[in-house]
Amino acid sequence: MHDLEAFRAETRAWLEDNCPASMRTPMPEDEVVWGGRNAVFRNPDSKLWLERMADKGWTTPTWPQEYGGGGLDKAHSLVLAEEMQRIAARPPLVSFGISMLGPVLLEMATHEQKLEHIPKIVRGEIRWCQGYSEPGAGSDLAGLGTKAILQGDDYIINGSKIWTSYADQADWIFCLVRTDFEAPKHSGISFILFDMASSGVSTKPIKLISGNSVFCETFFDDVRVPVSNLVGRLNDGWTIAKRLLQHERTMISGFGLSSGRNNRGGLADSLAETAMLYRGDVVELSDPVLRDQIAQFRIDSEAFTLTSQRSAQEAKQSKGPNATSSVLKNYGCELNKRRYELALQAAGTQALGWESLTEDDSDFSQQELAVARQWLRSKGNSIEGGTYEVQLNVIAKRVLGLPDMTAMVGNTAGKQGATGQNSAAEKTATES
Amino acid sequence: MSLVLNEDQTMLQQSARDFCREQAPVAVLRHLRDSKHPDGYSAEVWQSMVELGWAGMAIPEAYEGFGFGYSGLGLVLEETGRTLVPTPLVSTVLLSATLINLAGNEEQKLELLPGIARGDSVVALALEETAIHNPLHIELKAVKTGSGYILNGNKDFVLDAHVADQFIVVARTEGESGHQHGISLFTVDAASQGVEVQRLNMVDSRNAGNISLVDVEVPEEALLGQENKGWAALSRTLDIGRIGLAAEMLGGVQEVFERTVEYMKQRTQFGVPIGAFQALQHRAAIMYSEIELCKSLVLKALYELDRGEEAEDIPALASMCKAKLSEIYMLVTNEGVQMHGGIGMTDEFDIGFFLKRARVAQQTLGDAAFHRDRYASLRGF
Ligand SMILES: Cc1cc2nc3c(=O)[nH]c(=O)nc-3n(C[C@H](O)[C@H](O)[C@H](O)COP(=O)(O)OP(=O)(O)OC[C@H]3O[C@@H](n4cnc5c(N)ncnc54)[C@H](O)[C@@H]3O)c2cc1C
Repeated sequence: MHDLEAFRAETRAWLEDNCPASMRTPMPEDEVVWGGRNAVFRNPDSKLWLERMADKGWTTPTWPQEYGGGGLDKAHSLVLAEEMQRIAARPPLVSFGISMLGPVLLEMATHEQKLEHIPKIVRGEIRWCQGYSEPGAGSDLAGLGTKAILQGDDYIINGSKIWTSYADQADWIFCLVRTDFEAPKHSGISFILFDMASSGVSTKPIKLISGNSVFCETFFDDVRVPVSNLVGRLNDGWTIAKRLLQHERTMISGFGLSSGRNNRGGLADSLAETAMLYRGDVVELSDPVLRDQIAQFRIDSEAFTLTSQRSAQEAKQSKGPNATSSVLKNYGCELNKRRYELALQAAGTQALGWESLTEDDSDFSQQELAVARQWLRSKGNSIEGGTYEVQLNVIAKRVLGLPDMTAMVGNTAGKQGATGQNSAAEKTATES
Repeated sequence: MSLVLNEDQTMLQQSARDFCREQAPVAVLRHLRDSKHPDGYSAEVWQSMVELGWAGMAIPEAYEGFGFGYSGLGLVLEETGRTLVPTPLVSTVLLSATLINLAGNEEQKLELLPGIARGDSVVALALEETAIHNPLHIELKAVKTGSGYILNGNKDFVLDAHVADQFIVVARTEGESGHQHGISLFTVDAASQGVEVQRLNMVDSRNAGNISLVDVEVPEEALLGQENKGWAALSRTLDIGRIGLAAEMLGGVQEVFERTVEYMKQRTQFGVPIGAFQALQHRAAIMYSEIELCKSLVLKALYELDRGEEAEDIPALASMCKAKLSEIYMLVTNEGVQMHGGIGMTDEFDIGFFLKRARVAQQTLGDAAFHRDRYASLRGF
């Protein structure tokens, strides 16, 4: 206890000295630091902040010091999080390396692999992308066809991925490839890492409905990757893939949290204030229906935040994220989608501008334009990381123990006509 | 802040669950209803609960309670919500004991609380005057006389009215209906001259009644707290009541859901258990997620209640709990009946009891709309 209090005092003092003032304000989308070889720092303070935090390993507070992490236990890392929240400090680094790949490497990779990759994730030196989905393998991820064929000490990789977020800006990729072509589809997949600068890798950005291009088509044409880059056992990649998805879902569920790291300081972050502002209301929001909907949204949002905390406390007692990551993923995503629908209602036509045609933004402010784009982007929340429907399948089967139709179709085929309604694909969906 | 139960709490939960399953199952409520039982609750079951210490759960030790706090009482309420056993737990222990403890002076506490903890008395809170929860709408008048007060007016939907030996009557001593100032609280003996009780037969088969007071005389000592200033204690009591009721509702929600999922695994149609149909699976998964949120809210609210002086945000937490649980109890009971098909519509089957209890519990101390409106005001919009 004493130790914790001393740690709190030290941490508070350190943050006071080291967290630049501009890093204590809401973080606009374009100031999020993703790191990597071509890292962009819109705000020079972001660079300073990243370096200072990375020196202490506090970009990843609970990871082992051996690999550059902070080495803090849960209690100490909670203190750090609380102290950062107290001054509204921005996260110094956001990355797929931190939220998805790192935890899985720490759990399943070799010491050499950890030594090679973890410190660069901690310091934000290498930016990772996720090569899972393919044109023919979305929800039915295990149906993927990208091939890796052994040739001497290398694998030769051929195929293509799609929806690869930030593939055009990433330095390395963690990738699912097929290494056994005879085995049942879950048993022939391997998990492999390689440099996006390797010869034969190319990317082509895809434009989203929001006008941005956050994801790409990614092509592999005889890409040569050393065997030592394989993580875990050959043909056992599905186990790692599923584990990583749980981390991904937990990360995505964070979109629904009611405060803190999601606060972009935008119109959607204070729905009631926005709604009152655009109606000229002073005491109370004058539209009773919208008021009720915002109240319901905020209650759900507070309850969701508590549930994330509870789930983290429960995970401490068991081991890491579990099937409830699907509950959180879905609820968080639906909340985020509701948030932006409400933001559109709150600001009326002013939230529906696409771009400004005036020099001084007198037609649409930057904040207003951001809401429309974020609203469009939010629609992807219930698709990325495994769709809403796939998560419901996971909850129904893994948590509630409801029977799996696909397992039964064989038994009852020919006897009953109505059992075909759940496709055979379901069994192989990205369910973990 | 801990959102997981500690060892003591887990043990209490388990023993409460065992007790309710074995000695107070839904069959108890069914029997009380079918036999048109004059008391509307089983004195025998209540006595066993008293012996387990449940009546004194949240009463301080100084007044013969057990000081187990509201987290303890909440766990017990949750388990009673799973079997719907009717007892004076809500009227007397959750509401009246809390109000006496918050508003009463030392003498009143010493006089009233030990009796509640021992299970000797049933005390009912006489609050509502309309069919819609509205705790500021108080028109029942108390007029000061030389020796005390004279009370005149009516109260609706008083829980356990016809079995109570005492009422705490919320009255107006000054000002107009709708105002906080001028609300005063009085203890009134049920046997007093001028008190008339009309028992109500509600859909959930639980005790409630209307009471009328005609020139009821009470002594000065019957005033609980200060004249005109009863609102603060009343308001806090209502919040505690809402949280406790939400705990009971959480028990019902989980029970209906678990029974429904179990049925989905057993009932076969088209050659497969109906739980294999994705249309039902998805609705079950959605309910499961909502219930997870309900649990977190109730745990948090109970935790805060037991922090005493340091408790934070109780009014908003109470409204969040009551709004969310009202919404989800409705969802789960409706889906529960639907997913059971024809059998869900039969009186012989228990699920209907939960549907009925849900609606009464929703209305008690404010429904979802009331609490969303209140939450919005508390949060400044
Ligand atoms: C913004 C965004 C970023 C992404 N980033 C990445 C990334 O970085 N890396 C990567 O690998 N992938 C990424 N993805 C891809 C994402 O994982 C897939 O889009 C997702 O898994 C769904 O696959 P699909 O698009 O092929 O849809 P489909 O699988 O074709 O699904 C179409 C519809 O059918 C439904 N459906 C499918 N199967 C079932 C079933 N069994 N039961 C009920 N309904 C079903 C789905 O729920 C959906 O509504 C990203 C996607 C988005 C939107």
